[in-house]
Amino acid sequence: MARITLDNLRHSYMANPKGPADYALKQLDVTWEDGGAYALLGPSGCGKTTLLNIISGLLRPSEGRVLFDGDDVTDEPPVARNIAQVFQFPVVYDTMTVYDNLAFPLRNRGIPERDVKARVEVIAAMTDLTEMLPKRAAGLTADGKQKISLGRGLVREDVNVIMFDEPLTVIDPHLKWQLRSKLKELHTRIQRTMIYVTHDQTEALTFADRVVVMHDGYVVQIGTPVELFERPHHTFVGHFIGSPGMNVLACQVENGKAFFDGHPVTVDNPPAGSLQGKQTEIGIRPQFVRFGDDGIPVEIAKVSDAGRYRIVDARHGQSRINLLVAEDADIPASGARVSFDAAQTRLYADGWLVE
Amino acid sequence: MDTKIENQKGWLFVLPVLILVAFNAIIPLMTVVNYSVQETFGDNLFFFEGLKWFQQVLASERFHHALGRQLLFTFIILAIEIPLGVAIALAMPRKGGWVSVCLVLMALPLLIPWNVVGAMWNIFALPEIGLLGKTLNEMGIDYNYTREPFAAWITLIAMDVWHWTSLVVLLAYAGLSSIPDAYYQAAKIDGASSWAVFRYIQLPKMRHVLTIAVLLRFMDSFNIYTEPSVLTGGGPGNATTLLSIDLVKVALGQFDLGPAAAMSIIYFLIILLLSWIFYTVMTGKRGEP
Repeated sequence: MARITLDNLRHSYMANPKGPADYALKQLDVTWEDGGAYALLGPSGCGKTTLLNIISGLLRPSEGRVLFDGDDVTDEPPVARNIAQVFQFPVVYDTMTVYDNLAFPLRNRGIPERDVKARVEVIAAMTDLTEMLPKRAAGLTADGKQKISLGRGLVREDVNVIMFDEPLTVIDPHLKWQLRSKLKELHTRIQRTMIYVTHDQTEALTFADRVVVMHDGYVVQIGTPVELFERPHHTFVGHFIGSPGMNVLACQVENGKAFFDGHPVTVDNPPAGSLQGKQTEIGIRPQFVRFGDDGIPVEIAKVSDAGRYRIVDARHGQSRINLLVAEDADIPASGARVSFDAAQTRLYADGWLVE
Repeated sequence: MDTKIENQKGWLFVLPVLILVAFNAIIPLMTVVNYSVQETFGDNLFFFEGLKWFQQVLASERFHHALGRQLLFTFIILAIEIPLGVAIALAMPRKGGWVSVCLVLMALPLLIPWNVVGAMWNIFALPEIGLLGKTLNEMGIDYNYTREPFAAWITLIAMDVWHWTSLVVLLAYAGLSSIPDAYYQAAKIDGASSWAVFRYIQLPKMRHVLTIAVLLRFMDSFNIYTEPSVLTGGGPGNATTLLSIDLVKVALGQFDLGPAAAMSIIYFLIILLLSWIFYTVMTGKRGEP
C-alpha cells in the first residue's frame, strides 16, 4: 500500500556514463498512485525492465531517488520494499512441489502454516493449479511453470506493488486472455498497485487504467488509453499506439501556420512562439483523414481489408498517408484528394506536441 | 521381387573404429584375462589354472588391506574435495576481471604433471629441508611422513586435495554460471535466505555437474598411482600402499603375472560397480514425484 514516486531518476549500466546515449533511463519523474492498474508500454530495449528492477530494488539507480509513500527506499533491498515481481520467463524451484513453490514467499516471512495453506489454495484455484499442487514443479510445462511464477507473485496479500514483466510471453494464446482477465479481475478485487510491462498495445490497453509509454529511455506520456489515442504527446506514442499508427508528415511552419508540401493545413494547436530550427511534423490519425474534392492530391498505392473497415495506403510524393474508410465507401480511382479533420490534426516539434 | 540391395561395403566405414577399440581396449583386456587364468614359470610356457588366482586374491589379507586403504582414501578425499570445491566455487566472483584470474589460478594445479606433483610434495614435506616439514617441526609439531603412517596419510590427502579440488571448483563454477539471473532476482523478491538460495536454486542446478565431479573424482582417486608412488612409494611399511601400488608391486616387483592379472580384473570390476552405484543414486532422484 504505497504511492511510488520516482524522483529525478537516471540509470546507466556503465561505470562512467558520458552522454545521454550511455543512459538506459534518461531523466524520469513518475508517480504511481496507490492502487492503480498501470501498463508500462514500449518497444523492446526502451528501458522497461530496467525501470521495473529499480522500483523493486534489484537495481540501484545511478542517480535520483525512489520513494514509497514519501520514504526514501533507494538503498533498501527488495525484501524491505515488500513488493512482488513476476518475470518474463518462468522461475520455479525445481526440487519443490508446486504447493511449496507457492508457499515459499509466505514461509520465508514466517507466516503460520495454516494461513499459508489457505492462501496457497486460493491462488492455486485462481491460476488453475489446484490439481498440480502435489506434483514436482520441474515436471510441468512452460505454461504451468509460468503460472507458478505468477502465483508466487500474487500469493502475498500485503504487498506495496505487484509488477509483471511481460509475464504472458510464454503462455498459450487462449490462456493468455483468460489469465489477463483474471489479473484485471484480481486488481478490481484487491486494489493493489499493479504495473504490467508489455510491448503489446492490446495487452496494455485492456489491462490498464493508465498507460505509461516509454521510448528510448524516456517516459513520453502517461495517460488513459483514450488520451493516448486522442492526444499523443509525442509522435512515437501516435505511431506506436493504434493500428495503423498515426500519420506523421514533415511540414513547414510560417507565421504560425503549417504547410504540408505547400498545402496549408489547419492544426488544433497552432504554435504560440517560434519553432525556428526545430523539426516540425503534423500528426493525424488515419481515422481522421477523408477523401474530398479539394485538399492534398494523393495516389493510392494499396487498399487492404481489415474487416469492418478498409485501410487505404495513399502517397503524396514520398510521404505516406494512411486512411481508414468504411467498408462500403467509394474510393476514387484517380485524382484523389485528402483532407484532415482540423480538430484532430496536431503539430509536433522535434517529436513533441507543440503546447 | 525384393529390390533391396545388399551392400557389405558399410562394414568398411566402421572398420577403423573397430580396429582402434580392439587395439586400445579389447586386446589388452583380453591379454589380462588370459594371464589371469594361467600360470607361467618363464620360457613363455603357460599352464591353465582356472579361477585359482581369483580365489587366491579374494582370500588374501594383503588384498583386503590394500582395498580397505583404498576405500578409506577415496572416501576421505571425496568428503573433503566435493564440499570444499563447491564452497570455493560459491565464493568466486561471477563478473569482472577477477573471474579470469581466479579461473587461471584454479586451473594451475591441474596443469602440473602428476609425477611432478608427487615430487613437489615429497620435497615440500621433507622434515629436514622441506618448507612445510621444517616449519611444522620448528613449531614443535613432530611431523615426519617417511616414518609416521598418520603423517604420511595426512600428506597424501593434502596433496590430493591441493591437486584435484580445482576440478570440482571448475565444474561447480560452470554449473553456477549457467543459472539465469532471474532465479536470484526471484529469490530476492521472495525473501529467500542465502541458505535457501543455495538449497533450492544453486544445489539443484549444480546437480548434474556435481554428479560428473563425484564420478570423476571417485574413479581417478580409486586409480591413483603416480603421486603416492613418488611421494611415499606406499610406505612407511605398507601404510599408504593403495590398490594400484600393490598391483604394481605384485606384477612388476614379484612378476606374479597370474595373480596380478586376476587382481586387475577384480579392481576393474570394483570401479565399474561403484561407479554404477554412484551414478544410479545421484541421477535416480529425478524419477520421484
